[in-house]
Amino acid sequence: MQEIKDMVCPFCGCLCDDVTLEIENGEIVATDNCCAIGNAKFLGKNRLKNPIKKVDGKWVDITYDEAIDTAVDILLDADRPLLFGWSGTHGEAQCVGVHMNEILGGVIDSTTSVCHGPSILAIQEVGHPGCTLGQVKNRADLIIYWGCNPIEAHPRHMSRYTTYADGYFLDNAFRNRKVIVVDVRETETSNVADEFIRIKPGGDYAVLSSLRAILRGKGDMIPDSVAGVTKTQLIQVAEMCKTCKFGALFFGVGLTMAKGKYKNVRNAIEFVDDLNRHTKFTLTPMRGHWNVYGANEVMSWMTGYPYAVDFCRGVAFYNPGETTAVDILARKECDACMIVGSDPAAHFPHSCVEQLRDIPMIVIDPFQTMTTTLADLQIPVAVTGIDAEGTAYRMDGVPLKVKKAIDSDYPSDTEILTRIYDIMLEVKGL
Amino acid sequence: MKTLLIKNAYVIDPIQNINGETMDIAVRDGKIVDDVKNPDEVIDAQGMLTLPGGIDSHTHFSGTKVNFGRYMSPEDMRAGRTSRKGDMHATAGYSVPTTYGNSYRYAKMGYTTLLEGAMAPMEARHTHEEFRYTPLQDCLANTLFDGNWFALQAIQDGDIKRLAGVLAWYLSASKGFGVKLTNPGGTEAWGFGKDVSCINEPIPRFGITPREIIVKMIEANEMLNLPHSVHLHCNNLGKPGNYMCTLDTYDAIPDLNDKRQSLYSTHVQFHSYGGSSWKDFCSKAEDIARSVNDKPHIVIDTGQVMFGKTTTMTADGPMEFNLYRLYHNKWSNHDVEMETGSGVIPVQYKKKNLVNAIMWSIGLELGLLVDDPWRCILATDNPNGAPFVKYPEVMALLMSKEYRDKEFATLHKSTGKRVILPSLERELTWNEIAIMTRSAQARALGLVDYGKGYLGEGAEADIAIYPIDVATTDPTRDYERIINGFSSTEYTIKRGEVVCRRGTCTPEGNHATYWVKPHVSPKYDMSTDSTFIDDFNRYYSIRMANYPIGEEYIGRNVCMETEASI
Repeated sequence: MQEIKDMVCPFCGCLCDDVTLEIENGEIVATDNCCAIGNAKFLGKNRLKNPIKKVDGKWVDITYDEAIDTAVDILLDADRPLLFGWSGTHGEAQCVGVHMNEILGGVIDSTTSVCHGPSILAIQEVGHPGCTLGQVKNRADLIIYWGCNPIEAHPRHMSRYTTYADGYFLDNAFRNRKVIVVDVRETETSNVADEFIRIKPGGDYAVLSSLRAILRGKGDMIPDSVAGVTKTQLIQVAEMCKTCKFGALFFGVGLTMAKGKYKNVRNAIEFVDDLNRHTKFTLTPMRGHWNVYGANEVMSWMTGYPYAVDFCRGVAFYNPGETTAVDILARKECDACMIVGSDPAAHFPHSCVEQLRDIPMIVIDPFQTMTTTLADLQIPVAVTGIDAEGTAYRMDGVPLKVKKAIDSDYPSDTEILTRIYDIMLEVKGL
Repeated sequence: MKTLLIKNAYVIDPIQNINGETMDIAVRDGKIVDDVKNPDEVIDAQGMLTLPGGIDSHTHFSGTKVNFGRYMSPEDMRAGRTSRKGDMHATAGYSVPTTYGNSYRYAKMGYTTLLEGAMAPMEARHTHEEFRYTPLQDCLANTLFDGNWFALQAIQDGDIKRLAGVLAWYLSASKGFGVKLTNPGGTEAWGFGKDVSCINEPIPRFGITPREIIVKMIEANEMLNLPHSVHLHCNNLGKPGNYMCTLDTYDAIPDLNDKRQSLYSTHVQFHSYGGSSWKDFCSKAEDIARSVNDKPHIVIDTGQVMFGKTTTMTADGPMEFNLYRLYHNKWSNHDVEMETGSGVIPVQYKKKNLVNAIMWSIGLELGLLVDDPWRCILATDNPNGAPFVKYPEVMALLMSKEYRDKEFATLHKSTGKRVILPSLERELTWNEIAIMTRSAQARALGLVDYGKGYLGEGAEADIAIYPIDVATTDPTRDYERIINGFSSTEYTIKRGEVVCRRGTCTPEGNHATYWVKPHVSPKYDMSTDSTFIDDFNRYYSIRMANYPIGEEYIGRNVCMETEASI
């Protein structure tokens, strides 16, 4: 039995980097420090053994060489290919994806467009007062979780970075910190909050506006109740925010995908902006997939835009709502698709999934997923963090090297994508 | 064994005291040699100004805050798009171009080496990832220490050797090049939303002053025998009346190195302001230049402002928040735990805005009032003062009084009462411009020993050939030709390969990352220091084991090893 310490977990945007893995006979047999979700990924089975291709409605096993040729044919034959996913792979592979999209003249989009896409739209309007997670850990005496449930979705967020994490300026983190949870229902997280603000669905914008009005001394215009929240509680919360030494607001898709969408996030950012005139306050989106933020980073430095980048005119063109995966599929514009490290069939609207079913689709993923059932070709790859390595960006933008724990015969995403890209360059004479 | 011969080049190479000689330059395997027989390639540079490749010693082009500038600004991306053409990748962006955009546009201007001005070591991996996609320039990164807890603790404890040990560990771990201080102490105060007023005010928690931080960092920097000096962004950037703070800072600087400066003071335009508010804001470039002229151990870059839209980005988080409260457009902030801060906001400098017009004048005044061009580097703090593509205009302004007067006439009408620019007759020479755009940078960064900044035997063959015929060009009158000529080389050569010809670039340029590795005695080796390790793992949000950047991130690289005196 071999023990490896300080491994990085490739599950959620927390990118916990203190995981211990136990290896026996070249396999991971146990984990330590990991949450239940991370543990399940490290010990995950259900990996495809080799590439598979659908022939006359039936799956047949093929070699990697055949799989790569098939992928090249599908993509080069398309008028409007979509390269989607990317949040479940490392940055080096994402870079190859961007280069590939450039010569294909296709659309490259990440799962961002169905999670924190609205957050980015808001940031593009008003900016983003943020910080790294260690800044929160060492300094924050007030934490707000808005529209998110970290105990279930980011299970170690509170113990590593916020509520339970001891920091330099807090000798007893749990006692010295206040936690406010804002949600439409009781959750595991709201149960441990000092203050739970229960909002009627769709009321986030109004509640944020009320808090801002109180901060600006215009509390008298607020009615007795706003979206189910009493004025008394709003005044109390505004006071808590204003008088803390360092506040940190975390928000999830409960805010970004609720009625109001990016306007909600914009209001949250401006709330934080207002608070910075009284104290120190920061805001951080609770990014879901382990490297979804990395996909935004890579696309920004390579194309100029964080997601939804269309190269059909040669230059990078960005217009979320038009160049986002869901919209391209819903309009039935897309005539071939490559999915890397994500499972759109499990998350996309029905009409988009139908379109995915009706066009040639390549899936590059270690595991069988819902999307596998609709694919024409799946190429299994190594799992970054287990038998492949590469760079990932944590939810706060901190880049980490996700290390490899064991060797395997599976190629990495980078190797597969590079082989596809190299053949494309050759075919196109570039 | 690839060889190249550049014939009949009109060479200005200030490091070798060559001031306008027509000569041949021979290149073998990326280096300049005495002669080559039967060269693989011959370039006839008849009538073309030929200089060592340009070096930008303070620019923001890679890393977390630069990329945040892109991420938050689709309007800026739209303003500079090109499609894939030949081997060249698509680019986007005007003030914050994509990595390829930076690389191609710098190459077109003849620049072959770039120093990223501010890298938070915790996010160094990101900077190096972007370097990889900046293929036509050698890249270096200044590493931020202004709010580093271990460094500040060592200063508080009066243990300068330990401070040097801390700097050594972080520089090697982040694959950084030099020690950068941005608003020293101020970024730590910003952790709780505060700032410091100038160099004598104790900072929160540590109780030491920015003066102590600056002086002790300089002492520690010299103990490590680093190629570059401490690189300082002074306190109080952008505030009316801040020139007094800048002068006090300069007075505190010790002279500790007989080979180069002891302090590189960056974007000094932003630190040369008189007045007590925006109402009586005025230039104090004369006072600052006088102080610099008196202190041979200080080198500055000008931090020129040019009119138009750009994006400001700095580790100086509190400054960006102040600027945002003037502009009210959009504000990003990103504090980095235990290290530093940062902020990004877009701005527009306008000719009819009196403050902006004064800022523009101050940058030029510094360029004209500092006597020694070796100690006055041309830069815009890209993109803070202006995007780097404006450099040719800055060169033309410094070379031509006529051009300056013509521009000055278009500014806010009260500008003349607040600046002395119209009274300055000096017009910089070709040689002085060559010094201020490459030779001075090579010397200030300590890169001459590594073959940078000159065209002598053994030097790296980084060469810029401009379509400018010096014999028939009067820079004081033909400023349009100066601008056009310096905007686009006939050839840009990187390590002996033509990487750009009239704006058309090749995909790869043999670029390298330069980083320092100071060797310290075991007593000061933080990688085995139990206090350092324990506190690191307790207060950072990542494990120390996952912090250092592996060589796989830097590809081709030059490790500049030094022997420290500790």
